[in-house]
Amino acid sequence: MIEAGDNNSQDLCAVAPMGLLAELTHRCPLQCPYCSNPTELERASGELSTEDWARVFKEAGELGILQTHLSGGEPTVRKDLEEILKAAVDAGIYTNLITAGVLLSRERLEGLADIGLDHVQLSVQHVDAKLADKIAGFKGGYSKKLELAKWVKELGLPLTVNSPMHRHNVEYLEEIIDFAVKLGAERLEVAHIQYYGWAFENRHTLIPTKEQVYKNADIVDEARERLKGVMSIDFVVPDYYAVRPKPCMGGWGSSFMTISPTGKVLPCHAAASIKGLEFENVNDRHLRDIWLHSSAFNKYRGTDYLPEPCKSCEFKEVDFGGCRCQAFMFTGEATNTDPACSKSSYHKELLEIAERESKLEPKPFLYRKFTKQTQPAE
Amino acid sequence: MNRERLIVETNTTPALPRFVKLRHDKGRDRWIMLAPERILTPDAIAVEVLNLCDGDKTVGEISNQLAQTYKAPIEVIEKDVIVMLQDLADKGYLVS
Repeated sequence: MIEAGDNNSQDLCAVAPMGLLAELTHRCPLQCPYCSNPTELERASGELSTEDWARVFKEAGELGILQTHLSGGEPTVRKDLEEILKAAVDAGIYTNLITAGVLLSRERLEGLADIGLDHVQLSVQHVDAKLADKIAGFKGGYSKKLELAKWVKELGLPLTVNSPMHRHNVEYLEEIIDFAVKLGAERLEVAHIQYYGWAFENRHTLIPTKEQVYKNADIVDEARERLKGVMSIDFVVPDYYAVRPKPCMGGWGSSFMTISPTGKVLPCHAAASIKGLEFENVNDRHLRDIWLHSSAFNKYRGTDYLPEPCKSCEFKEVDFGGCRCQAFMFTGEATNTDPACSKSSYHKELLEIAERESKLEPKPFLYRKFTKQTQPAE
Repeated sequence: MNRERLIVETNTTPALPRFVKLRHDKGRDRWIMLAPERILTPDAIAVEVLNLCDGDKTVGEISNQLAQTYKAPIEVIEKDVIVMLQDLADKGYLVS
């Protein structure tokens, strides 16, 4: 547990976070059925004000945060994005705009670049326009994204294309890679979606087969070699087909925090799925004090709390027992070993579910919405 | 819009691209390179090299300067500088 003195900056920096995911709003014109937002979305009426965010970024800079992801929902829904961005830039923080790209005009993007935006990450659901719009539940979105990508490059901003992978685009990885190179992206993220929240609700229609995922891995290996120095590629397999769990957030409460639209401070964006955790709000306490003393951060910090098989495991300090949210979801107890680990007694079941569901006929998506409802597939 | 892999040689004039920021992390008292989704922590020698990468000086000139500072043979220095910069170029973090 952390016992750093609040006023001792040396002690504080040894344990200070480096990354901040700022979910500026949960409003979004897109409805992707694997959205990483919680299934209980926070409404606009409760969102933090411009002044709140400005103060938060000042506190974040002082605390040691080096990078922020201005995300959502769709962050450009907020009319005060410029002022929020400026607060982050003024705090010396590296800024990344995570956008669906369907609401931004060229003028507004140029304004953001002038304020000091460092990087744009654009979601691209598919290389086929019709399928892309169907996955996103937003007609005409694909062509708007192409336009935005062009403006990003014209303005000299770096671009990451983010294509979350699943059964409906898994066979198009090579096309997605070519597409991103043609757009001039410096970086491509083709992480398979992980099955929490909305994606968990849609798992039966989104999860690919093991063979498809392994083929993806080979394609990425080849492309990385071919595109060395041209475009870098981040690839992640779904936990269901992993052998070792991922070191989620690089360890709970060790280097990363998320702030929700209403100001809740979370150890990760999915942490609200763990029942019984209490989150503090940026309007009640200084960010530094929340980081150091909030019960939600301290509960799973370090590795002392881990039971067997993690307790005596040689990888304990490598992967920290994996993901707390997934452990909770599968075993009912967040301290347990992540079932993605082959040492978990639930691991076999996880794989069986994936292999069974990946062969089912796809069902209509449960689109991400403020009230859950099913949309018929076209 | 097709970039090509940058091959670092003696006459290359290296620089960091706009989206890679080299700065001192005051709180932790170390140098860092900020890039999309990445934070790199270059060692003292790498920082010295990177601070000389202004898009104007060549790798040869940078190596020569370091060879004089450290009173070491330029061949050895330049070899190390090229290895380090090529690695950065292959990550997409160097332009010319």
